[in-house]
Parts: sequence; C-alpha cells; structure tokens
Amino acid sequence: MNPVNYLYLAALLFTIGAAGVLIRRNTIVLFMCVELMLNACNLAFVAFSRMHGNLDGQIIAFFTMVVAAAEVVVGLAIIVSLFRTRHSASVDDASLMKL
Amino acid sequence: MENLIALLVAAPLLGAAVLLCGGRRLDRAGHWLGTLLAAASFGIGAALFADMLGRGADDRTMRQHLYSWIPVEGFQADIAFQLDQLSMTFVLLISGVGTLIHVYSIGYMEHDERRRRFFGYLNLFLAAMLLLVLADNYLLLYVGWEGVGLASYLLIGFWQHKPSAATAAKKAFLVNRVGDMGLSIAIMLMFTTFGTFAFRPVLASAGETSEGMLTAIGLMLLLAACGKSAQVPLQSWLGDAMEGPTPVSALIHAATMVTAGVYLIVRSGAIFNGAPDAQLVTAIVGAVTLLFGAVVGCAKDDIKKALAGSTMSQIGYMVLAAGLGPIGYVFAIMHLVTHGFFKAGLFLGAGSVMHGMNDEVDMRKYGGLRRYMPVTFVTFGLGYLAIIGFPGLSGFFSKDRIIEAAFAKGGTEGWILGSVALLGAAITAFYMTRVMLMTFFGEKRWQPAPDADAAADVEPSAGHRPGEMPHPHESPKSMTVPMIVLAFGSVFAGGFFAIGDRFLNWLEPVTGYEHGHPPVSALTVTLATMAVLAVGVAIAWAMYGRRPVPVTAPRGSLLTRAARRDLLQDDFNHVVLVRGGEHLTRSLVYVDHSLVDGVVNGTAASVGGLSGRLRKLQNGYARSYAVSMFGGTAILIAATLLMRAV
Amino acid sequence: MSAVAAAASATSTGEAVQFWILGTVAVIGALATILMKKAVHSALSLAGTMIILAVFYLANGAYFLGVVQVIVYTGAIMMLFLFVVMLVGVTAADSLKETIKGQRWLAVLCGLGFGILLIAGIGNASLQHFNGLGRANSAGHVEGLAQLIFTRYVFAFEVTGALLITAAVGAMVLTHRERTERAATQRELSERRVREGVQLPPLPAPGVYARHNAVDVPGLLPDGTPSELTVSKTLRARGQVRDVSGEALADLKALERRSAERLGREEASK
Repeated sequence: MNPVNYLYLAALLFTIGAAGVLIRRNTIVLFMCVELMLNACNLAFVAFSRMHGNLDGQIIAFFTMVVAAAEVVVGLAIIVSLFRTRHSASVDDASLMKL
Repeated sequence: MENLIALLVAAPLLGAAVLLCGGRRLDRAGHWLGTLLAAASFGIGAALFADMLGRGADDRTMRQHLYSWIPVEGFQADIAFQLDQLSMTFVLLISGVGTLIHVYSIGYMEHDERRRRFFGYLNLFLAAMLLLVLADNYLLLYVGWEGVGLASYLLIGFWQHKPSAATAAKKAFLVNRVGDMGLSIAIMLMFTTFGTFAFRPVLASAGETSEGMLTAIGLMLLLAACGKSAQVPLQSWLGDAMEGPTPVSALIHAATMVTAGVYLIVRSGAIFNGAPDAQLVTAIVGAVTLLFGAVVGCAKDDIKKALAGSTMSQIGYMVLAAGLGPIGYVFAIMHLVTHGFFKAGLFLGAGSVMHGMNDEVDMRKYGGLRRYMPVTFVTFGLGYLAIIGFPGLSGFFSKDRIIEAAFAKGGTEGWILGSVALLGAAITAFYMTRVMLMTFFGEKRWQPAPDADAAADVEPSAGHRPGEMPHPHESPKSMTVPMIVLAFGSVFAGGFFAIGDRFLNWLEPVTGYEHGHPPVSALTVTLATMAVLAVGVAIAWAMYGRRPVPVTAPRGSLLTRAARRDLLQDDFNHVVLVRGGEHLTRSLVYVDHSLVDGVVNGTAASVGGLSGRLRKLQNGYARSYAVSMFGGTAILIAATLLMRAV
Repeated sequence: MSAVAAAASATSTGEAVQFWILGTVAVIGALATILMKKAVHSALSLAGTMIILAVFYLANGAYFLGVVQVIVYTGAIMMLFLFVVMLVGVTAADSLKETIKGQRWLAVLCGLGFGILLIAGIGNASLQHFNGLGRANSAGHVEGLAQLIFTRYVFAFEVTGALLITAAVGAMVLTHRERTERAATQRELSERRVREGVQLPPLPAPGVYARHNAVDVPGLLPDGTPSELTVSKTLRARGQVRDVSGEALADLKALERRSAERLGREEASK
C-alpha cells in the first residue's frame, strides 16, 4: 500500500470536518468538527514525517495538539458562558453582527 | 545728468502722494502744488533735452539704474530708466501738455469741491505715464501701463455719483484688462524666449529668434496696444470714457495715454520687423480703426464723442504707420506728437465751449458761438485746420507722410492701405468741418438748461440754475492760455518737425528708417490728399453750412444710425461676448448638473444599490461567512493547481 | 530499534488491511460526528475517530504522538467536550433542519469542490517516493523528538507553554461569575417570605412510600391529589415526576370499600 493513502484519508476527514462546520448549528458540535479538521491535519503531518524521513512533521503535529488543547479550553469556556447568558448553544442565535 | 531721470517720475509721484494723503487742509493750495510739480517735471525734461541735444547722435541714450527690484537668479527685474530720443519725445509731450492741462484744470475745475483729489489723480497719471515711457524693461513698462490704466479708471469715474461715469470707468478698466493680458503674455513669452525682458537684450537678439515666436510676441503686444489705444476690436471704451472731465479727455484720452499703444509698437520695432505677419495685422487694425473712428465721428452729436471718434481714427493712422515698419515708425511718432497738440487743443476748446454753454454737449444746441467766444473759436479753428491737414499746419505734414508711407508699403497692400488712409483724410475733413460748423457758425440753437432732475446728472462744476438760457462767455485766462499755447503747437509743430527732416534725423537712431518708394510721386499723394480734403469740407459745408441744422437729430440713414450707436460695437460685444458668455455658463451649469453631478450621484447611487444588495450577504450568521471562507480556500487551491499546471 | 525502523519504513500487507478497515471506520465516525442529532453521540463518534487516528500515528512510526493522541485528545479533550455537553443538556437533540437559505447547498458544493481539488492536488504531487523514519529514529524515537523540541523548536515550545497557561487563566476568567451583591442571610430570606406571603414553612417533603427512593413521587394532599411543591423543580422541569395519585386514590377507595364491608358486616351481626 502506498502511504499516500493516509493523505487521501486526511483530506477526506478534513473536508468532512469543514462541511460539518458549515451545516451544524450546535456550537459544541461545531467545535468537534474543528477538532476533526485539526486531527486530519495532524494525520497528514505524521504521514509527511514518514515520507520525508524526519521528525519535524511529528513536532508540528505535537504543537498542533497543544494549541488545540488551549483552543478547546478557551472555546468551551466561551460556550459555557454563552449558554449561561442565552440559554442556547446555537451559533445562529449569535447573529447580532449585522445591521 | 542721468541722475535726474528718476526725478521726472518722482516729482508728480510726490505730488500724487501728498495730494491724496494730505487731506482737506490742502484743498486751497493743492491744485497749485500739482501744477507746480507737473511743471517741475517738464523743467527737468527740458534740461535733459538740452543736455541730450549737446551730445552726438549715437551718444544720446541715458540710463539710470535705481535699484534691483526682484533680484533672483535667472530673473532680474530692475527699477532702471532709459532715456533715448523716443522717450525724450514722449517726456516732453507728456509733461508739456500735462502741465498745460493742469493749468487749464485750475479754471475748469474751480467749482468742484474735489479739485484737490482731481489734481492728485492727474499727478498720479503723469507719474505712471512717465514711468511707462522711461522704463528700460518691459516689466517696469507694465507697471506704468497698469498705473495709467488705474489713473484713467479713477479719472473717468471722477464724477462717480453719475452712474454713467461709474459704468464707463468700469468698462474702460475691463476692456483694458483684455489688452493687459496680452502684454503680460508677451512679457512671459519674452522671458521664456530671451531669458530677460530688458529692452536692450531683447531687441538686440530679436533678429536671431524664430519668426513664429516673434509673431506670437508681436500679436500679443498688438493686443495690448489695441486695449490701451482703443483700436478695433477693443475700441468700445473710448467713447464712454468721455464721461470724465474734459481735461482728462484731453490729456489721457486724446494726447497721451491712448498713444501708449503706439509707443509700445514703435519701441518693440525690432520684434515687429522680424514678424511681417504681425506687422500686416497691425497695419490692418490701424486701417480698420481709422475708418471706424472716422465714421463714428461723423454721426455723433455729442461734441466730445465726436472728438473721441476722431481720436480713435487718428490713432488708427499712427498704428497703421507703426505697422508699416521702419518706413512708418518715425511718422507714427510725429503724428502722435502733432496730434497731441491739436487734439488736446480741440478738447480744451470743447471744454471751453461746454463751460460757456451750461455744460451742454449736444452740438445741435450750439451754433453761432464764434462771436461770443473769440479766443476759443480761433484756437479751436486752428486745431481744426491742423487735424484735417490744411497745408502748412501740423496735421498736413504728419498725416501726409503717413499716407505716403502707406502707399510705399508696395504691392496691393500698399494701394489698399494708402487708399484707406486717403479716404480717412476725406472723412476727417467732413466730420471736423461738421463739428466746426455746428458749433461756431449758423444760427443760435441754444436751449434752456435742463431741469433739476437732469441737472443732477451733469457736471457739478456748472454753477448754473435750471431753466436758465445759457450766456456764452469767454473762459478765464487759466483756460485760454493753455489753449493758445496748444494752438501754436498745432500750427507750427508739424512744419518745424518736417522741414529739413528734423524729426526724422532726431528719431532715426532709435527707431531706424527706410525710405519707401511709393508707386506714385510724393507730390501726387499730396495733391490727392488736398483734393479729398476739399471734397470732404465741401460735402460738410453743403450739408451743415448751407442749410440750417435741426435741433433734434433727423432719423438718418442706416449707416448714420449704426454710427450713432458706435457702429454697434456694444451690441456686438453684448451679443458675442455677453450672450455667448451667458450661454457658455448656462451650458456649463447644465453640464455640471447633468454630467458631473450625474456621475457623482450615479456613482453614489450605484455604490448604494450595490451595498444594499451586498449587505444581504452580511446576514450575521457565522456559518455563512464560513462558507465564503471555505469557497475562497477552494478557489485558492484551484488557482494554485492551475498555476502549477500551466 | 530495528523493529521500529522497519515499522516506520515499510508498508506491509498487515498495515494495508489495517488502513482499509480502520480508515473506513474513521470516515464513518467522522460522518457520524457531523450527522448525529445529539451532541453526545457526536462526541462519542469523534472519540472513536480519534482513537483510530492514534492507531494510524502508531502505524506511521509516531509512537509518542500516538500515545499523546490517546491521552490528550481522547482522554482529556473529548472528556471536556462530554462534560460541557452534560452541562448544556445531554438529552437535547438538535434539529438538523437548515434555516439559512441556500446554506446547505453551498456547503455541499464547497465541500465537494474543496475535497475534489485537495485530492486532485495530492494525486498531482509526486509523492510516490518516501524514506521512512529509520535514520531519524536512529538515536531512539522519543530521544529524537526531545532533541528537536529542546533545540530547534525550543522557543515555540516555550511559547506554547505560555499559551497553555494563558488559555487556562482565560477559561477561568470567562466562566467565573463575580458576585456583585451580598448573599442574603437566613433572616432576610425568611423576612422576604413573610412579606411575599407564599409558603412560609419549609416545602413539604415528597411522598414517601417505603418501597424505593421516592424523591420523584409527589406527596398527596388530604383529598388524594398530588402536590407539585413536594417535588424538586428540576424534576418538574424535566417532566420526570412520577405521579402515583391514581394508585393512591384507588387504594383509598379500596380501603373505604373494605371498611364499609366490615362495618356492614358488623351492623348485620348486631
């Protein structure tokens, strides 16, 4: 098997995640889709790392995880406080940035 | 001696400053001060003249550098004077006639409470005019040029309480601006072409410049001359300028200022010599104005306006002569000087008549005045004989030489110009005889002075009561003496200048001279002139001497009526310039409203409409924005792939 | 060590089988994540996908990352997600009906376009040749990573540390609610109850039947109807009140009948 297949899988997962961001309204699910996209990227990095025979790709994936962790912490905090004030987890309810 | 040149200008300038700033305490002595300073200027001029005569013909140019006005690298404007034979001629004419007219004004303006101011303006005029002819560069000449324009404006509108005078002053000012524009453009062209505008370098290097540039400069100078000297097409202001006091008409609008254009052309002779086209245009302008002024002069019943038409016509002669090149320059100046004498004399005579006739200006209400005003009659009569070119008097010599020079131009042009000049002489004889007959001969046609309403509209120096019959009387000594002096000039100046070619020899080093070869002999020209003169006088006598003159003007032919309206010059200006300007501005406003505002408003409306549609994209839903981002990313990938594929 | 190098550079049949089976599952998990109505189902599907990704990391020779993926993502982040889901309401199901006009069409269009372009781009790239991690892992896998992290990427590492701390503080700040007024005392609460005139004594206890924990069973009023006050507000809101009043009333009727029979018998015996 050609390891390029890992890249195809990563592309597929990324696209699914992006589509999820576009069609779901629940902020938490939205967040999960973002995580899915990040993981797809990580998979691509790991595959590249193997192809090029160095560890830099893995390092990048490692940093991506750390940043994702930070992002999730802050993002979920935002969701919680949003839910407290609006009693809703729908992104479409936060549509006040228009005339 | 050179150091005295500045004093020529300084004396009247001091007078103007003192008189205009001095206030009412100078009311009693102001006119004496003004006259004294004018006479001082004449005295200095005479001293310089004596000094100049003592030198050799090539050594007569005197210079005085006062100070650097605008000393900038590559742009040197100096307050510097140049007194050569040409300037000297003008200095003597200006300060001499100017002094005489100052004296005359003492009597003429006696009843005017603003006499001090009048003398201040007269002195200002003298200073500016002397600056004009003494300047050694075109920029300083321009200063004097504007100065005389200002003085002219102030003096035409001296009786500013009369709306007609105020309007006439504004008209003169505006029309002069057109000409001044020409002079300023000419100076700019000179600067770009020669890098300087001083007379000596400009005129010396004129021969090495391209003819096109010389023609451009020449035509611009001609435009300036047209404005200042009331030549077609900028002639319309001179007739209205007669609203000013009569001494002003005599000094500024007959003897001196209006001849500044001739001075400018003769002074710039080197430029015109290199531009035959500009010369031809100059000659044509002169010829057209010559006939134009003469025809207007024939129809006017207002004595001053008739004389104004005559002035226009005579300056036309000078411009025609100046347009002939070196064969004509000297005679242009000679006619200018003799004209200065007799026309000033005629105006002063007219002023004297008006003074005696309750400021009546309509010649149809004169008649038979020769017995009541003998001095005026004789001096006016001598001026009349001089202007029509009666053999032996001043006008005879100067005008005859111009007609001769016009024929000597050669070719068809020469014949046409010469014939026009000849025809002009006949018309001159006609209208001047008409003025003479209507004023001093025939029966009395005096009318009572106009009533109170109209009286407010006439010169306040009158001191007469409404409804009173005029009591013609001779004017005081202060007025008659200048008239007598000018009459002497009118009689003898021409002969003095012409016999032995004195004037020619005097001026030739400055202007150059070429002896033309007229197709007919000089004697033939003289005889022809005499013949047309006799015809003109005879016709006038047949029309106005043999028959009584009606008090109310007959309707007259179409030409007469047109000439009464100054040959429709104002109507022409109104239709072409005023209406045209109105239409232009109206269409510009329309363009502004429809096109400019349309584009602006259309842009705003389309931006507004587009925004109205685009704001629908701004729906506030984060997911919609995410779709745009995602689509954009897809397009980016597509573009990258395409670029790699290419 | 040689086994590690071999695993990193070779694509054995076993790995191929593993890829096709687990890859399919991963895609199904991802699709389930975006298509499940309930957030908790989505979270669980995502956790499954992530575990499969961890396996793939291991298969690609990223052992450390594979372990971290399981511990950090599946163990910490996904549990955080679940925690929040619980907080928001685990049973709440989303409506999948689209409310923004054209959004779904555009999303599908962009998704398809993007995916096709991405896959075409990968197919277009010359990636056939690959090296394996043998040389990079020569000094040991974790040691190699550590060497990179603490040399070339040390600044990035420190900065991510700062980022984590900032994120932790930020989360605290965002979720912390400052009390802006003094808490009411017992006395004030009782005075307010008296003023408002509602329910002066403590709330009645739920009906207790000695059969099971009956906190969700309302107590009965003397006429046999249930009293709402006796059950917790939360349970009432969720509709989880177990109404036993019918049963109780039936019991009461039966009791009355029995007593009436007995009384009737006694009267008859008299």
